[in-house]
Amino acid sequence: MRDLDNPFAPFTGRRCPEGADEGQRQPPTSAQPLTCLPASSPRERGEDGLPRPAAPFLGFARLLRDHAFAIAPEQVTSFMQAITLLGPRSMNDIREAALATLAPSPDRRGEFEAHFSFYFYGDAKPSIEGQEDDETRIKDDRGAHEEEDRTPRQEKGGELSSALEQLSSRDFQRDADGLGPFRRKLASALPARRSFRTARTRSRGTLDLRRSLSEIVSADGDIPAPLLRRRQTVSRKLLLLIDVSGSMKLHTADYLKLAHAAVQGADRAEVFTFGTRLTRITSALRIRDREQALARAAAQVDDWDGGTRMGPTLLAFLSVPRFSAFARGACVVILSDALERGGHSDLETAIRRLSARAFRLSLATPLAGDPRFHPATAALRAILPALDDLVDGSSLKSLTDFILSLARPAPAAKTIWKRVS
Amino acid sequence: MARADATDVAASPETVAVRLAASRYLADDSLATAIFLAIRLGKPLLLEGAPGVGKTEAAKAVAELLGRELVRLQCYEGIDAGHALYEWNYQRQLLAIRHAGEHEIDIYDDRFLIARPLLQVLRAPEQRVLLVDEIDRSDHEFEALLLEFLSDFQISIPERGTIRAATQPIVVLTSNRTRELAEALRRRCVYHWIGYPDAAREAEIIMLRAGDVAEATARAVANAVQQIRARPLAKPPGIAEAVEWANAATILEKGGSPWPQAFRRAIGVLIKDEEDLSSIAPELGRIVEEVLA
Repeated sequence: MRDLDNPFAPFTGRRCPEGADEGQRQPPTSAQPLTCLPASSPRERGEDGLPRPAAPFLGFARLLRDHAFAIAPEQVTSFMQAITLLGPRSMNDIREAALATLAPSPDRRGEFEAHFSFYFYGDAKPSIEGQEDDETRIKDDRGAHEEEDRTPRQEKGGELSSALEQLSSRDFQRDADGLGPFRRKLASALPARRSFRTARTRSRGTLDLRRSLSEIVSADGDIPAPLLRRRQTVSRKLLLLIDVSGSMKLHTADYLKLAHAAVQGADRAEVFTFGTRLTRITSALRIRDREQALARAAAQVDDWDGGTRMGPTLLAFLSVPRFSAFARGACVVILSDALERGGHSDLETAIRRLSARAFRLSLATPLAGDPRFHPATAALRAILPALDDLVDGSSLKSLTDFILSLARPAPAAKTIWKRVS
Repeated sequence: MARADATDVAASPETVAVRLAASRYLADDSLATAIFLAIRLGKPLLLEGAPGVGKTEAAKAVAELLGRELVRLQCYEGIDAGHALYEWNYQRQLLAIRHAGEHEIDIYDDRFLIARPLLQVLRAPEQRVLLVDEIDRSDHEFEALLLEFLSDFQISIPERGTIRAATQPIVVLTSNRTRELAEALRRRCVYHWIGYPDAAREAEIIMLRAGDVAEATARAVANAVQQIRARPLAKPPGIAEAVEWANAATILEKGGSPWPQAFRRAIGVLIKDEEDLSSIAPELGRIVEEVLA
């Protein structure tokens, strides 16, 4: 980006509304954003009173909207007010005003800056993705999925569509998989915690002084029966982390169905998939219709049947504050075979941190469906002490039974597997 | 301190920055601009950032800048209208009813009304600044209530009618971003993300905030903290911790520990996570020596 302190000539020392007759700042390249103003003229769009120099700012807001930044009309108004208030004396003023009023989220700040310098300075057109390629890519579907829908997927098309086919072909057995009862029972079967809030109750509670007193006041000093209150119980959050790597190929379709039922049934559930990247698919799974939801979720995941980087992806999960905050006090179920490529020190750290946050951390592995299974790999042995449960994840039946039993205490995974060996 | 007119104080972002510095808060251009815009546009200021980058301090500085009293509403899970808006003092009402006997008495009089932070600010918007701290900790219901308050600046009390603010109060909201706030709330505010400052600014902040720390120490601490933050830690140290570290090391040095050792011994005030400590320990000596050189 160019030096921001270098004031940009057409804007210097001019207040937008007053300099209306002076030359308007032309958009940098002919083919770009202002031309994405639709055919309608400003007049048709109800922008009569707007001085011409203000048009680029409106255009900038529109450009951002086209790239799936959520920007409300009132934000555009305050953007312009802010520019007027600031002078603007330099391009930096405009940039600051945009940052403060259009409020791009910190995660997308880089993208925002790229759009800004593209629009106002005519720098290279920002590529949608492409930063931080070494780090584990995190994909949060919030707010970004419109953009994702539009980008054509060429390279991975074959793999994606095959995954889709698999999902739809199995959907014929809709009622055979027992997920209906699972969905209905889930909310009441999850472990509960006592909430900070209280609820009125008729029996078995403590005296609700505040309500009783207000009752007395409204009865002008008469003392009716005292009111009672009791702390509410709320069910704990459920976090499903699904391994979509190649070694789990046979099970991912079932797991996604389970995840869909869980999101539909539980009060608060979050679902992420991980392979070489981390993808949040919760909002796709909120769609009630299962086929639609699964197709949407399948399209969001980019790393189907690829390699596994379980440790780094879980660490990436923990490094996003709002994700790791969700894990706090939650029931965390990892659906994976825990076959980690390379060293497992990252995996060990990640599992330890997760277990320190979670209420109960369980690993369901399809390998445990084999009666001869034993946690013998180095990675499994390393993480076993931090796990609360290590259970069979080879069939939907065993998984749903396990998740419905989460509220019942069980001995730690380490003791169970020591006994078996 | 005399109360100043808001537009006077906030004549330009630079004036704001200078005045903030006078209240011992060093703001970068971006933050000064955001504060300036919030005051002049009459919108709430939403500050987000990692813990310990000085969000709450910024709000205090804004209050001092305007010569107003800061009213703080600390959010937590389960906060409700009774904690944020108002409540009736039932005990006093009861006593008053008893005491009045046959006389008529207005039990919804002002003296029975306990004003909570939002109402306090509404009643004297010219004298108070509202700080809604750590809004990400509250739950969604409370966020909705706050949204209503922030759009109209009025509170309805069924027994009394609607109370409106005579002028728009100045409101600062802070969030650690442990969860995403409602879009409607973000939209209504002037937004600023406070990041960690660069080494030079951090050294200035340490000089300003710590008791008596030599300039060389402050600079060394700032550089070391920058390097430590670059590592993958569970909890990277904030500015507050850096200030504490400089303070602690200075005290230890006065107590007789030579320099590199004083830094190493005081590490407990900088890094407060056992895992982070053990991961940074092997390199700490090198980092400290490097910045002292």
